[in-house]
Amino acid sequence: MTGKLDLDPVLVARARELARRAGRPVVELARSHTTVSVERAVLRLAGVAGADPDGIPWVNRLVEAVASDVGLGHGVALPVFDALAREQLTDVTLLAQKAAAGSVRFEVPSGRAATVARRAARVAVGAGVRRIDRRRAERDRLVKRYGDPVRRPWIYLIVATGDIYEDIPQAQAAARAGADVIAVIRSTGQSLLDFVPEGATREGFAGTYATQENFRLMRAALDVSSRELGRYVRLTNYASGLCMPEMATLAGLERLDMMLNDSMYGILFRDINPVRTFVDQRFSRQVHARAGIIINTGEDNYLTTADAVDEAHTVTVSQLLNEYFAHEAGLADWQLGLGHAFEISPEVPESLRLELAHALLARELFPDAPLKWMPPTKHMTGDVFRGNLLDGFFNLVGALTGQGILLVGMMTEAVVTPWLSDRDIALQNVRYVLGAAGGLHEDFVPAPGGFIQQRANRVLGEAVELLERIGDQSLLSAIAEGTFGIMKRPPDRGRGLDGVARHEAGYYNPAAEILERSA
Amino acid sequence: MTGGVVRPYGDTTGDGMVQVSFTLPVPHDKRAEGAAVQLANRMGIDPALLVHAKPIGDGFTFFVVYGRVNHLVDLAAVRVVERDFPLLSAKEVNAVVKRRLRRKLSVVGACIGTDAHTVGIDAILNVKGIAGEKGLEYYRELSVTNLGAQVSVPELVDAARGARADAVLVSQVVTQRDAHLHNTREMSAAFREAMPVGRRPLLIVGGPRFDESQAAELGVDRIFGRGTTPGEVASYLVHALITGRKVRAA
Repeated sequence: MTGKLDLDPVLVARARELARRAGRPVVELARSHTTVSVERAVLRLAGVAGADPDGIPWVNRLVEAVASDVGLGHGVALPVFDALAREQLTDVTLLAQKAAAGSVRFEVPSGRAATVARRAARVAVGAGVRRIDRRRAERDRLVKRYGDPVRRPWIYLIVATGDIYEDIPQAQAAARAGADVIAVIRSTGQSLLDFVPEGATREGFAGTYATQENFRLMRAALDVSSRELGRYVRLTNYASGLCMPEMATLAGLERLDMMLNDSMYGILFRDINPVRTFVDQRFSRQVHARAGIIINTGEDNYLTTADAVDEAHTVTVSQLLNEYFAHEAGLADWQLGLGHAFEISPEVPESLRLELAHALLARELFPDAPLKWMPPTKHMTGDVFRGNLLDGFFNLVGALTGQGILLVGMMTEAVVTPWLSDRDIALQNVRYVLGAAGGLHEDFVPAPGGFIQQRANRVLGEAVELLERIGDQSLLSAIAEGTFGIMKRPPDRGRGLDGVARHEAGYYNPAAEILERSA
Repeated sequence: MTGGVVRPYGDTTGDGMVQVSFTLPVPHDKRAEGAAVQLANRMGIDPALLVHAKPIGDGFTFFVVYGRVNHLVDLAAVRVVERDFPLLSAKEVNAVVKRRLRRKLSVVGACIGTDAHTVGIDAILNVKGIAGEKGLEYYRELSVTNLGAQVSVPELVDAARGARADAVLVSQVVTQRDAHLHNTREMSAAFREAMPVGRRPLLIVGGPRFDESQAAELGVDRIFGRGTTPGEVASYLVHALITGRKVRAA
């Protein structure tokens, strides 16, 4: 479905080249640093599980113990597996417990001890990566058995009660009502926790905590629904915030199917340190690539703080950067749920044509990516009747521009967390539009040189101009100066900076070694 | 409209017509429809016209009911918080601050607790503003510190002290388990504890689910609800801190 906008291929190639130029220094930064969360993810792959009586995961206790003895810059794999051999233990979780009690001293091994530790670490972490591989094969099998949804876009619905045991029947009801993808919203503030809570949880604020056990429970429930409905129902959560690499790892281990994973969201909207974010992001994307997980990026967020017409090109720039970082980390095009949103004020004249131009631009720039189409939020006022109409137009633009994943808009956005009836009305809206106009994209060809073509080309031109400006000064300083979404985020500030370390000579991370090779 | 008795208006004065929708946790059948009509009757809708009933999910039915309510509202007995300060333009706000305060008026804003929804505080503070009105950062004579989301109460108190805040603006969107009320009480208590009367900044909270008449109960000077614009907040600041000062002290 390319070729409706008459985009200049030279300009498109130029945009990609500029995104690569802006992103490359950041990749170099990510390759030369590690973080506490990357190291904890390595330990999770090596089989460390559970938490101490205060609920602090053993991976946190172990990383803290290693860092306080020898620092983080060598990676934790060698000191941990060296200590495991010296203590004559076989269980890494047991070592974590002893370390937390202060009875283990860590050192950076050299010579033969280093060779032995390296081999043992590689075996343990390799077993974890193989578990992810098995889960991916299992998904392929189930998709083959139950089938994919019969049409695009996939219908994506949100569940958020705070209680996993309340979420499960709601998610199953949503799947029965037509949802192809279920997203469990996390508890407010989880992104700023520097640990992953443990176990099944029943208390959350405006969402449910993401834990390995909650992942497992929900995936098992949706497997039941998939069997019942004869189509594979996908599950989504968030690889964002301070524990991004661990979330990605747990998602791979529990066969989640999609993860929200944006390259800059945490920096801009959560004030997480930029270096921490980029290091964590690269590792998490390598895990997603291996696990066959589709990432969803968060460009919709820019439009909730900035004007959706004036700043439309920042969405394009972010999509290009997300694509570059994703490809670099080994993700294939089918795994790139690049985001954008229907957020132009309905008071703006020709707002629907502008939306069509922007949505089609994304479609044509990324023809093989399953774009994620996000509903109106900013101009949902509490007038639920107008909101339902706005959602209908949003659905229509999604159908006309061949979006891959459609997040179902709620007319009660900004009023309440969706009621059962809100969800039913919203799905009815989607079904009506897709049923009535699902094939309209075949007939919808914007007039050559007309309003939509001109607008799309103008946004692309502005995106290239912005990328050129970034190219002259580097992405980190662009972020520091508030180029994206108004917020200014310098690289030496923000949450989680104290959990970042530059690689020392001899840094070893068996997970990175395995994942780099598969990329 | 100061007095008089009113009832809802459908298409004729005094017809009392309303429309409601709700879900009952029962499968759709005749009895479910009867239950919906009975509920509507108890809500004062009589006669109740059940215009739509649809099964949703397993064991739930959604209803739309139209009908006539027998309740009346006496407008003379309605109590609301009316705006008790004059609405000023940005230019007028700047002029008053410059002439009367002779320094910049310092405002510190934040979303406190676990609330990550900065949409409210950003609408009031960011230059971008809302509904075509520029935010407080745009006012030349206001010095604005926006701490953003998930700020702890002690951090807020420290920042207010550091910025010598004349006013502290707190936004609360998440209302699950009354988090907005708990957070506001915690915040006002912390300021009372940390600073003596007279040194304490003006405390203002805003959010879509607050009751504007609850200010005293929550220990704050003012509550702003849904639809508040930056201009209203700026005008209130000038009124409470400068032009209406004597009244407030008395």
